[in-house]
Amino acid sequence: MKQNYFELKGVDLMKLLIKNGHIIDLKNEIDMYGDILILDGVIVQIAENIEDNEAEVIDAGGMVVSAGLIDMHVHLREPGYEYKEDIKTGTMAAVAGGFTSVCCMPNTNPVCDNQAVVSFIKSRAEKVGYCRVYPVGAITKGLKGEELSEMGEMKKEGIVAVSDDGRPVSNGSVMRRALLYASHFDLPVISHCEEFSLLDSGSMNDSETCTRLGLRPIVPAVEEAMVARDILIAEHEKKRVHIAHVSTKGSVALIRDAKKRGVQVTCETAPHYFSLTDEAVNGFDTNAKMNPPLRGNDDVEAIIEGLCDGTIDAIITDHAPHHIDEKNLEFDYALNGIVGLETSLALSITYLVKTGRMTLAEMLQKMTYNPSNILNLGLGEIALGAIADLTIFDPDEIWTVKVNEFKSKSKNSPYDGYTLSGKAHITIVEGKVMYNG
Amino acid sequence: MLSGRKDLLGIQELSREDILYILDKATEMKKVVLSDNKKIPNMQGKSLITLFYENSTRTRTSFELASKYMGASSANIAASGSSIQKGESLIDTGKTLDSMGTDVIVIRHSASGAPHLLAKNVKASVVNAGDGMNEHPTQALLDMFTIREKKGSFEGLKVAIIGDVTHSRVARSDTYALTKLGAQVFIAGPPTLLPLDFEKLGNVTICESVEEAICDADVIINLRIQLERMKSALFPTVREYSEFFGMSLDKMKFAKDDVLIMHPGPVNRGIEISSYVADCENSVINEQVTNGVSVRMAVLDILCNE
Repeated sequence: MKQNYFELKGVDLMKLLIKNGHIIDLKNEIDMYGDILILDGVIVQIAENIEDNEAEVIDAGGMVVSAGLIDMHVHLREPGYEYKEDIKTGTMAAVAGGFTSVCCMPNTNPVCDNQAVVSFIKSRAEKVGYCRVYPVGAITKGLKGEELSEMGEMKKEGIVAVSDDGRPVSNGSVMRRALLYASHFDLPVISHCEEFSLLDSGSMNDSETCTRLGLRPIVPAVEEAMVARDILIAEHEKKRVHIAHVSTKGSVALIRDAKKRGVQVTCETAPHYFSLTDEAVNGFDTNAKMNPPLRGNDDVEAIIEGLCDGTIDAIITDHAPHHIDEKNLEFDYALNGIVGLETSLALSITYLVKTGRMTLAEMLQKMTYNPSNILNLGLGEIALGAIADLTIFDPDEIWTVKVNEFKSKSKNSPYDGYTLSGKAHITIVEGKVMYNG
Repeated sequence: MLSGRKDLLGIQELSREDILYILDKATEMKKVVLSDNKKIPNMQGKSLITLFYENSTRTRTSFELASKYMGASSANIAASGSSIQKGESLIDTGKTLDSMGTDVIVIRHSASGAPHLLAKNVKASVVNAGDGMNEHPTQALLDMFTIREKKGSFEGLKVAIIGDVTHSRVARSDTYALTKLGAQVFIAGPPTLLPLDFEKLGNVTICESVEEAICDADVIINLRIQLERMKSALFPTVREYSEFFGMSLDKMKFAKDDVLIMHPGPVNRGIEISSYVADCENSVINEQVTNGVSVRMAVLDILCNE
């Protein structure tokens, strides 16, 4: 019997048996057809054939069973911007896209820069959420880039990282202090790299398309100058820094070199930076407006190379829901960002795996174990004793993106009408089926 | 014509034949403009609204006169003094005008792509009268009309476009039109005012100096320094700009003797062009304005009747 899992909000099954899965986990070198038995939310057996009469059985039908996908960079918009998205709809979109954990950025209203807001988000997620929600706290009070926020207090309440995402920490000394101070609490600092002094009111990547459309250009150095700065600070202080939404060839090169030198730098990119170029802006399509902006062919190729050679650790969505009235505007006035939770897995399969650039297992690593490892979540792998966050998907299923069918409140995606490969069908969070569609 | 389009948003989407068709029609219209009885019935019973989010003298007036010479009812909306100041969105403003039975909306806007957004959301024909740094199609058409009138044809013509190319929608539209019609475009200006890959927009050569660009030129189009669009200092002083990039009688000597001096107006005298050049025999700056009315009549006639 097919149940409406969004109504039930998770079916609590003491014992869950997943049959006939193609179990893939690069971390534990698993690539086998078989079964997984879950007891009280924990994986207790992985074998070719498990029989258990007491367990509720889910037939994976030969589909891939992966560790639950983790998106370490989303905007859930609650509190403050519930007309765009809230924790309920955002996490519904997440589980529909195969995600079992999301990390939400602090640019809410009020800003998540104190214990109370962290606590609010955690309790809302507990009450209405469909997956794990890990808040990211602000680096600075009010995202103003001036005074450090109470990172220790926020950590006690559940933040897993700090970031001023949406805005850079323009003052280098403040960023240096942030790396030093956050390290005491073992909190990674996620840096939104954007050098405002170079931005010059730009609204799209500096390119032929930009010149043709008569829009103001954003040069790649806007991102790269700050990537370089943060690498140099991290190197000197021997602290970690995580670079958010890497989009340019130059950033990939800077991070690759830094990693070779032993700098504790990690980074992420989003599917739109390896599946679209700035030509998508043609026709003044505001669903192709984001920050950092879509780049050129060389950048797309460099991003894919960076993912392949390990320079780029994680694939994130930067899920940025906006109301239609905030996008259906003159290009200059439209807000930046696109929703991504319900297309991320398919875009990664279509543009990285089906093109032969990396194996499915390698790709999954960047959406499971790697982000978990960067944030110390203790998730993202399939192993005995591991928490049973699992995603079951068909990597070969061809489907057409229809934004009106998104669970997300917002429909701002440039991929409407795209035909992609790979679809999540069952999402299990701690042994509970949170999505089955 | 116009390949069956509802709107005129840019030169980019027009074919060579579309452009020549408009120019031919404008030739007929010019006779009306120069006659004693400036009235033809081609827009009788039609309505036109000029929706200007930026200041304008010649473009707005010339659209208004063009429509009146053809018997249309017209009205003007300026951003100040309208509901735009109350925060009404462009789409809502457009739909309001649509609901009043407007046939043509002529829009000028500081944001590139605004006319395209409007066109998608209204039934009325939309004419782009300049959007941000993107296009100014009727300016390009009147420039082409003027060049053809004086030079006969475009094949092999050497046209120099000088000055602030980055902020210029005229430079873009002229470049598209000149390329489609077979002319060669030579560009010069301070590197801070030249956008990336401009040479890919058409048959364009980027030159090291103004002198190189205008060497043996048949036409020089001087661009206005758009101080209102510059958000930071892109050259040190007006004085230095006029010395190196402004058009002077001395520089003009590099061009052909019968070079046409053009400027889309309004002229910053003594900055991008000296008064001696602007007012010399080779200057057709005022004829451009006359031709603007004819060309706009042609465009409106085609949009309303074909």
